Amino acid sequence: MTKYILRRLLTSIPTLILISMAVFAIVALAPGDPLSGLATNPDVPASVRLTILHQMGLDQPLPIRYLKWAESWLLGNWGYSFGSHMAVTRLLLQRLPTDLWVLGSSYLVAVLIAIPIGVISAVRQYSLQDQVATTFAFIGYSLPTFFTGILMIIVFSVKLHWLPFIYNVTVHDPIGVLKQAIMPVAVLALFQSASLTRFVRSSMLDNVALDYVRTARAKGLAQGRVIRRHVLRNSLIPVVTLIALQLPGVFTGAVVTEQIFRVPGIGSLLIASLQNSDTPVLMAIAFVAAILVVLFNLVADVIYGTLDPRIRYG
Amino acid sequence: MQGDDVRTMLKDLRNHRLTRRQAAARMGELGLSLVTAWALIDRVTAGPARAAAAVGRGTQGTLKLLYWQAPTILNPHLANGTKDFHAAHVTLESLLHADTAGNLTPVLAAEVPSIANGGVAKDGRSVTYKLKPGVKWADGRPFTSDDVVFTYHYISNKATGATTYGNYDDIVKVEPIDATTVKITFKNPTPFWYRAFVGENGMIVPRHALDPYVGSNSRNAPFNLKAFGTGPYMVDSFRPGDLVTYKINPYYRDPNKPAFSQVQMKGGGDAVSAARAVFETGEYDYAWNLQVEWPVLSHMMGSGRGVLQPEPGGGVECLYLNETDPNKDVDGQRSSLKTKHPFLSDLKVRQALALAVDRQTMATQLYGEAGDPTANLLTTPSKYYSKNTKMAMDLDKANSLLDEAGWKRGPDGVREKNGVKLDVKYVTSVNSLRQKEQQIVKDGWEKLGGRVTLQSVDAGVYFSSSPGNTDTITHFYRDVEMFTDSFDLSPVSYMEQWYSADPAKDIAQKENNWSGQNLVRWQNAEYNKLFDEGVKELDPQKNTQIWIQANDVAVTQVAGIPLINRKSVNARVKNLQTGPNMSAFDDATWNMADWKRVG
Repeated sequence: MTKYILRRLLTSIPTLILISMAVFAIVALAPGDPLSGLATNPDVPASVRLTILHQMGLDQPLPIRYLKWAESWLLGNWGYSFGSHMAVTRLLLQRLPTDLWVLGSSYLVAVLIAIPIGVISAVRQYSLQDQVATTFAFIGYSLPTFFTGILMIIVFSVKLHWLPFIYNVTVHDPIGVLKQAIMPVAVLALFQSASLTRFVRSSMLDNVALDYVRTARAKGLAQGRVIRRHVLRNSLIPVVTLIALQLPGVFTGAVVTEQIFRVPGIGSLLIASLQNSDTPVLMAIAFVAAILVVLFNLVADVIYGTLDPRIRYG
Repeated sequence: MQGDDVRTMLKDLRNHRLTRRQAAARMGELGLSLVTAWALIDRVTAGPARAAAAVGRGTQGTLKLLYWQAPTILNPHLANGTKDFHAAHVTLESLLHADTAGNLTPVLAAEVPSIANGGVAKDGRSVTYKLKPGVKWADGRPFTSDDVVFTYHYISNKATGATTYGNYDDIVKVEPIDATTVKITFKNPTPFWYRAFVGENGMIVPRHALDPYVGSNSRNAPFNLKAFGTGPYMVDSFRPGDLVTYKINPYYRDPNKPAFSQVQMKGGGDAVSAARAVFETGEYDYAWNLQVEWPVLSHMMGSGRGVLQPEPGGGVECLYLNETDPNKDVDGQRSSLKTKHPFLSDLKVRQALALAVDRQTMATQLYGEAGDPTANLLTTPSKYYSKNTKMAMDLDKANSLLDEAGWKRGPDGVREKNGVKLDVKYVTSVNSLRQKEQQIVKDGWEKLGGRVTLQSVDAGVYFSSSPGNTDTITHFYRDVEMFTDSFDLSPVSYMEQWYSADPAKDIAQKENNWSGQNLVRWQNAEYNKLFDEGVKELDPQKNTQIWIQANDVAVTQVAGIPLINRKSVNARVKNLQTGPNMSAFDDATWNMADWKRVG
């Protein structure tokens, strides 16, 4: 087992190096530079513009810039934002708590909704509950978050004046914190629980028809016990891996929802950095995301093996 | 007659025979602008005005400002964009404030220097400022002439990379005479002594905070993220790209100001929802730069919660006509100075195109209160606005001009002359408003017998300065382009767009890496002469006249087709008083010490 994990970690190194090179190249070759906002500004003559580019290290050739970035990254220095010149790590740490709170709760809500509904849908297949759950799942899955988000703003903020639609980190009283999180969490949870419900349902249906379930019933076990102890446990194995694979998203933010509700998370930082060609910030976010995806893939595989004794690591 | 109508209507409104919305609609029919209408309605429905009670320092809680572009740095001289200046101006101050007309008022200076009070030298070579005595920085240290001198050294050091640099490049030295007197000496006699230390570009920074950060390490200063100045508030916390919170500067010079105990400037999102937060939900007290399509904005204003603050000076949306041939490749560049445009070099064609543009429709349908149609290229400071130009749409005259010039309609309805077709490639940046403007212009030109191809380029590329990309405004590889150039307190840098005394330097081309300011490649000796005089003439009245003449030459020769005199549009909730905070040359936050809630 330890050997397996070690081998997986080692093989992921070249993958990550390739990812970093590709992302760096795409970001660097994309049109526009961090100074494009100053291009028509007569107060900034070409010589000053060059000075600023030099301060940012943008006057060097691409491979050198990449090597410098890689070197300082390995030494733990993630660079400084071109816009504010704040250390990228500090910038990310400023925003991480908000993301963990908003996105973390939305994942939690999604799981708490999806598992019971998915189980009921499968156990009572084609019943009224199943039909209603299926309808909601498809609505949630097919409506984009920018639509549900704006819809909720118009209903709950503009018409009813119940909830604020602009997220403010200076709010500290528990009721205020809860009120401003309700809409973004609801929008994200609706979207995530939709696909998860369908997944739980189909995984349950796969298992219900299997022989061991029939054996359990033949032993005289009650229906509830069969479902809980046998079907559910086995059906949740793929669900757990799915959730593990989605977890990196908590750290990389939800771009659209954060933009709509002005949630100062990593997703909105990503968009702003893209618009300003803020390479150090972009690289940090993209690369952290890549590392997390690789790591959580490994975690998912390990969990899978622990939950399902049929899987062997060789 | 019209006045009577309005009066009866207001009476009806007062007696609740009309709703606010109905009254607004009726006034609109009578030709009143919506902003005026709502202002009148507000006055009538507000009830008796309360006596302005004295407001004490910090008695009014939190003031919340919403900027849909978020501040990223709080040092104005390293600003990446307008929002950074606005965020800095809450804490920092300039020597003088300038309004849209170009009038000056003192802020940190004790008075506005003039020839009469001996501040401005008669030979135009220097200006001497008297500073307000007893002013302190937010950390309690005294503000002196030394800080003004330091601010100059900080900006003028090229290695600092200050984005306000251009306003200080005609200064030779800035020297302290005594603790509250400072003298600025210029390279050449100049009528524009008020470019430095005035308005948005003139904020004075504290020497004791930035002394070790002059030059190449300027961007490492802690001050950039935690600015403090002589203004009413100082930065409390800063999250770049999201939120700035300010607290009261305990050493602010007026003991009764500012009124709020805390200011929050929230950034990010989009303009439409920013307008919504002021007009519809009231979550925020003030919103900046509501570039929202007019029908949407005017609908939101119907709520009556907020007031729009339109201020001219947002630049002129302008059509630029290429004088050179964008289709011919000469020495590795198109639009080369060695070529002539096949039809746009013909004055009559340019005049015809100008006559066929429907500015009125563009203004009323697309801009509303956010812009007025204009026939002038130079509109701001408003003292330069020419009254000699005429704005008219006249398709008959335009058609006959083309007939005269020998442009005949071909079988496909497109005019041609000597085998050259009136085939216009017309480009601008990707922006839904601009694409609608393009459509209006295209309609007019097609009625003349032109064929118009519309193109749009992503703003990040279109306005970039990269020499390798041929889609930029400076390469100008199309026939017509459309954008807005911004104004400066002195008209020089704006009017450079048509200046060509030294074509090799002034006109954008491959040889100078497309760095020349003149993009249309237009050359006119009369214009150049007026420009040279305008840079030097010291008599203010004469100087103004010269620039108006220069504008008139460029307009009659159709060096560009001005369309809309744009306004910047902010919004405040009704009970927030902001005073004369709007200016084309200063930030909306410049007078935040005077902001207060009433009623």
